[in-house]
Amino acid sequence: MSDDHVYLSLAQGPDAGADEGDARWAFGTGFEDPLHGVDTAVPAGLDTAALAARCLALADDALVSAQRLTEWTTRAPELEEEVALANIALDLLGQARLLYARCGQTDGTGRGEDAYAYFRDAADFRNVRLAELPNGDFAFTIVRLLVLSSWRLAELQRLTASPDPVLAAVAAKGIKELAYHRQYAAEWALRLGDGTEESHRRMRAALDAVAPYLDELFAACDVREEVTAVLAQVTEAAGLPPLEGAALPGAGREGTHTAHLAPLLAELQSVARAHPEAAW
Amino acid sequence: MTTTESGAPPAPGGTGPADLQERFEATIARDQRVEPRDWMPDGYRRTLIRQIAQHAHSEIIGMQPEAAWITRAPSLRRKAILLAKVQDEAGHGLYLYSAAETLGVDRAELNDRLLEGRQKYSSIFNYPTLTFADVGVIGWFVDGAAICNQVPLCRSSYGPYARAMVRVCKEESFHQRQGYELLRTMTRGTKAQREMVQDAVNRWWWPSLMMFGPPDENSPNSAQSMAWKIKRHSNDELRQRFVDMTVPQAEALGVTLPDPELRWNEERGRYDFGTPDFDELVRVIKGEGPCNAERMERRRTAHEEGAWVREAAAAHAAKQASRSKRGMAA
Amino acid sequence: MSDTTTPRGDWPLYEVFVRGKRGLNHVHVGSLHAADDRMALTHARDLYTRRNEGVSIWVVRSDLITASTREERDPFFDPSADKVYRHPTFYDIPDDVPHI
Repeated sequence: MSDDHVYLSLAQGPDAGADEGDARWAFGTGFEDPLHGVDTAVPAGLDTAALAARCLALADDALVSAQRLTEWTTRAPELEEEVALANIALDLLGQARLLYARCGQTDGTGRGEDAYAYFRDAADFRNVRLAELPNGDFAFTIVRLLVLSSWRLAELQRLTASPDPVLAAVAAKGIKELAYHRQYAAEWALRLGDGTEESHRRMRAALDAVAPYLDELFAACDVREEVTAVLAQVTEAAGLPPLEGAALPGAGREGTHTAHLAPLLAELQSVARAHPEAAW
Repeated sequence: MTTTESGAPPAPGGTGPADLQERFEATIARDQRVEPRDWMPDGYRRTLIRQIAQHAHSEIIGMQPEAAWITRAPSLRRKAILLAKVQDEAGHGLYLYSAAETLGVDRAELNDRLLEGRQKYSSIFNYPTLTFADVGVIGWFVDGAAICNQVPLCRSSYGPYARAMVRVCKEESFHQRQGYELLRTMTRGTKAQREMVQDAVNRWWWPSLMMFGPPDENSPNSAQSMAWKIKRHSNDELRQRFVDMTVPQAEALGVTLPDPELRWNEERGRYDFGTPDFDELVRVIKGEGPCNAERMERRRTAHEEGAWVREAAAAHAAKQASRSKRGMAA
Repeated sequence: MSDTTTPRGDWPLYEVFVRGKRGLNHVHVGSLHAADDRMALTHARDLYTRRNEGVSIWVVRSDLITASTREERDPFFDPSADKVYRHPTFYDIPDDVPHI
């Protein structure tokens, strides 16, 4: 019987010849290591403390954003969006892991990625506060994603020229991902802004909720001009007002957080901290 | 594929009901695939819609027990693996809905049938996930059982279903392996981890055996489905295969399967095992399992809360279409 | 196009074709729902190329595909079945003739 062995039998049967089947099915082949061929030795003369801090901040943004996106799982407005949101979260999770690893190589502690993610408290996290706010509705998630991906894309584009070859490689990988996230968010912003009265109203509310957190982003990385231009282009096309509002004092980059980060981390870290000696 | 028929008049000859039935039977007998636009008996179509829809619903509802642990996964590597796995389940649900739609039923209708309780999903997803070890055991048992069920379906007589299953099975082999790998790591870890694994094995073993459905003598639709080659093996045969496949894996892992009757039968060359509590299976299918209400509520809420988003996208598309029409007229 | 605006906001069905790698045809991989063409394309990317499967994607509204009917199958396809002279193996060429 051809299906006695579950894996081998996939290649058998009247019309599922292995080679022909693969070509016909457009199955994926091969994966690339984003750091393939990159020298991970820290170049001499580099300010390693500054480099480590940069990696940590970018990793924290990515991890906290990914955590919020994963909360959509089984709750998305349509099944296709489940898949789309998970893809974005997986990209960000991947970036976080590479950046934490680089942080461990440059801050002198030699820690691994999980030490940063699971065994630091909220006050030690350096993510921007916008990333940690609760998901709200789909409109808020889209506006936040639009803002964060536009901003991060601009920063990573600059970092492709980083003197650290690892950070430059992570940035080069990241800009392709971020360009897609921004496009996904921009298309949805357009649909929701121009959709129904309700969706338009929700988008306005989301813009108001996000606006106070904008200044903090540009204080962390001065890409205000190009990001503002991108955001204005999207809101205008969507028939929405520009993102404006009084800035909220404080900055996640300096360890100031909203009340939402601690519960997010408590959940993220709960199993790892309950079993500190365990291997997973 | 759901498409528009060309407006050509029917060709003469050979299209009477008896001819159609005969051609259909011959296709099945030759082990060829039935394709969406072929004539097929109503019963065949109905059975397929029911089976594929239930399978699709199972993938979608089946996301929930594991999704509960994504935010708490204890390492970033495990978090990425689990998220990718649960995402695959959404994908598999979509492949299967896509196959069902070739039979002339739309996904919105199938979703309504699920939410109204008129179509079922696999009983296994009505059990709770209590610790992170459950993630591993679900991968090992539930995906293992799913593979036993699904691999033969790659040769199902209905083309779109068989093709969807080829894709699903290709992708799912990673699901079982990640589960087993997690358990292997955990059993080599702390004492607490080993206890978590054994506890999860104890809770999931019998429900996993129930996944194959009632015993053959109580499975009224099976014979017809096998004659139509929609199903290729009986429930009991698949259950036996699963046990035979899993026992050596349990030994390698160093866990005990909670069945005192489990032993190798030299004569049969297979394992003997105890009888699952099929009354429990009936109760869980009827909606009285530990998590039925919770699972349906989550799915219903997501669908209802997403309505404004789906409507907004449809409204925007309609506006765009009428704008471009006006643009062309100008 | 009126079915894109059903009150429930159900999105129309699209068929998806993926070119697995350079040198291959696009192949039909399945279908999905989307509100507009652009969304269909991104959904196809997210759903059908999660494992590095594609270098190019086509999407088309299912109701825009015109397909041959089952009644047309015999008149469409049987007439080509006996034209064996269209296949290269029909012709006997001595083994010692090169490049043919």
